[in-house]
Amino acid sequence: MGAELGNYKSCVSARSTDKEILRHAQDGGIVTQLFGFALDEGIIDGAIVAATKEFAHKHPEKAMMDNSNMEFHEPWRPIPVVVTTKADMLAAAGTKYNISPNVSLIKEATRSFGLDKVGIVGTPCQMQAVRKGQLYPIGLRDVGSSIALAVGIFCMENFPYQSIIQLVEDHAAMKMESVRKMEIGKGKFWVYGKRGQVVQLPLKVTHKYEQPGCHVCLDYVANLADVSTGSVGSPDGWSTVFVRSKIGDSVWGKAMAAGCFETQPIEKVKPGLELVTKLANEKITKNKKTLEERATFGVGKALRNPYI
Amino acid sequence: MADKITVGYTHLSGCTGCTVALADNYAGLLTLLDKYVDLKYMPTLADARHIQKVDVSFVEGSCCINDKLAVEELKETREKSAVVVALGGCACYGNITRFSRGGQQNQPAHEAYLPIGDVIKVDVYIPGCAPTPQMIRNVAVMAYLLLKGTKEQKDLATAFLKPLMMAAQKGTTACFCDLMTEVINQGLCMGCGSCAAACPVRAITHEYGKPQGVRDLCIKCGACYNQCPRSWFSFDVVSNYEAINEAIMAALQ
Ligand SMILES: Cc1cc2nc3c(=O)[nH]c(=O)nc-3n(C[C@H](O)[C@H](O)[C@H](O)COP(=O)(O)OP(=O)(O)OC[C@H]3O[C@@H](n4cnc5c(N)ncnc54)[C@H](O)[C@@H]3O)c2cc1C
Ligand code: SF4
Ligand code: SF4
Ligand code: SF4
Repeated sequence: MGAELGNYKSCVSARSTDKEILRHAQDGGIVTQLFGFALDEGIIDGAIVAATKEFAHKHPEKAMMDNSNMEFHEPWRPIPVVVTTKADMLAAAGTKYNISPNVSLIKEATRSFGLDKVGIVGTPCQMQAVRKGQLYPIGLRDVGSSIALAVGIFCMENFPYQSIIQLVEDHAAMKMESVRKMEIGKGKFWVYGKRGQVVQLPLKVTHKYEQPGCHVCLDYVANLADVSTGSVGSPDGWSTVFVRSKIGDSVWGKAMAAGCFETQPIEKVKPGLELVTKLANEKITKNKKTLEERATFGVGKALRNPYI
Repeated sequence: MADKITVGYTHLSGCTGCTVALADNYAGLLTLLDKYVDLKYMPTLADARHIQKVDVSFVEGSCCINDKLAVEELKETREKSAVVVALGGCACYGNITRFSRGGQQNQPAHEAYLPIGDVIKVDVYIPGCAPTPQMIRNVAVMAYLLLKGTKEQKDLATAFLKPLMMAAQKGTTACFCDLMTEVINQGLCMGCGSCAAACPVRAITHEYGKPQGVRDLCIKCGACYNQCPRSWFSFDVVSNYEAINEAIMAALQ
């Protein structure tokens, strides 16, 4: 046991008390519920989330600048958007297992979108980007103090969009548009079809499709978020939640008092923190090894190490 | 006050945007000047303009080598300062002045602009076009802690400034291409989007999660690369973001 879970003030297993959110959410609906509550309370004016391309096509004014052909239907491709209503937050709920560059909107959210208090959800690396941006705001004038709530989601790895097509259409033999949900859990990549079919792929199939940049990543549970959450450690339909910063503690406390969440002590649930710790350690150990291998990659030539 | 640090500001071929960014700290700037910084010389914001011996000098703008006075001032700045900070894209990387072909009034023969690191040794970079008020503030507070702080504060300031010192050692060119050659080609990009957010001219979009640059728009400021968490990232510093932010804000109260 060491620093693999980051600093946190409290950790619980939780799920939203809003049935509608649970119907759309990936796990316990922590992200969507917390943003919805923060919006109601005026803690944030809006949030940067990963919407579907279809949503971005319908609402280009809410989306990141993107030059791709929006007429071309690409199910499960996320596009970062700034949303200011609970309905739009709900529309963006659920995990898309491919890259959504949410931080790309962090400045624009405070400019043309006019938000003074920005919420953002992202993977651990995106939380690192947010915090680097607050301490070293090289091109992010006035952005740092506008970040009112940064919610991190656990992440073992991410995929390019084309990898997901490959996994779903080639390996799982399903059409992208017929997929209801994708999930990584219990050592498998799960694809749930809209008509009830379920396909599971062993992770040894998915590994080669991972985004290479993930192989130097040293954070599993979004150590730098205000609140971070993921499914691992908690029972199905529940989420493991780390409350980390002062901001996170304050927002979480208010949301709890308002009855947003049902919780169970993390010590009481199975598999609990033991599994989270194990997976975090596995990820960090594996990727540290990759960094070491990069140092002696060529003949007298190293690949670059970003960490100083 | 005796334990202030002495600071100077040399203005070469820059648009005064860096000066404005410094001034845009408003009350924070007044606190800095009140408690921590003795501003010895600076065009625009101080009475004295002539270069003097100081602890830290900020240099705005690149240096036109056809302009004798600019070259002299830059060299004098180096000789008289313990620490030289290149402030802004032009001083660090040439930025928009890289595109000069001369011919402008009233000095049409001035056409060869170099980032200051091509003329003198530079210790710290603050990239960005314009650099942000908060970045200037953070570096100023850290420079103070480095020179006047307790042992602990010195260590923090050293760790904070280290990547900006490494940037100064790394080189004097910047471009969108840095993301291709140093991040994507090196297998390090993870698609966070910071680069696109940082770009002052919106030269960067993301296609399938990876940055795509309109290189004709790029002004070579270096913001994208330096903002990218996969260019440089210090866990020691960034993991303590909360305490460091609080310390900086408290210092400016
Ligand atoms: C690539 C990836 C890998 C993950 N790996 C793990 C893991 O190994 N273990 C684990 O426990 N959890 C993992 N998660 C997190 C998990 O899948 C859920 O996202 C998390 O539990 C939140 O669920 P929720 O019900 O609270 O959120 P919801 O209410 O469903 O909201 C999810 C939020 O995440 C946003 N989002 C969706 N996709 C992305 C994306 N690609 N990038 C950024 N934001 C996005 C949505 O816009 C939405 O706002 C991963 C998530 C991603 C995106
Ligand atoms: S594994 Fe790391 S780098 Fe890859 S998406 Fe997840 S947090 Fe980002
Ligand atoms: S900031 Fe760096 S890691 Fe993030 S998308 Fe841009 S190039 Fe990739
Ligand atoms: S792409 Fe933008 S941020 Fe990057 S160097 Fe060019 S102008 Fe600067």
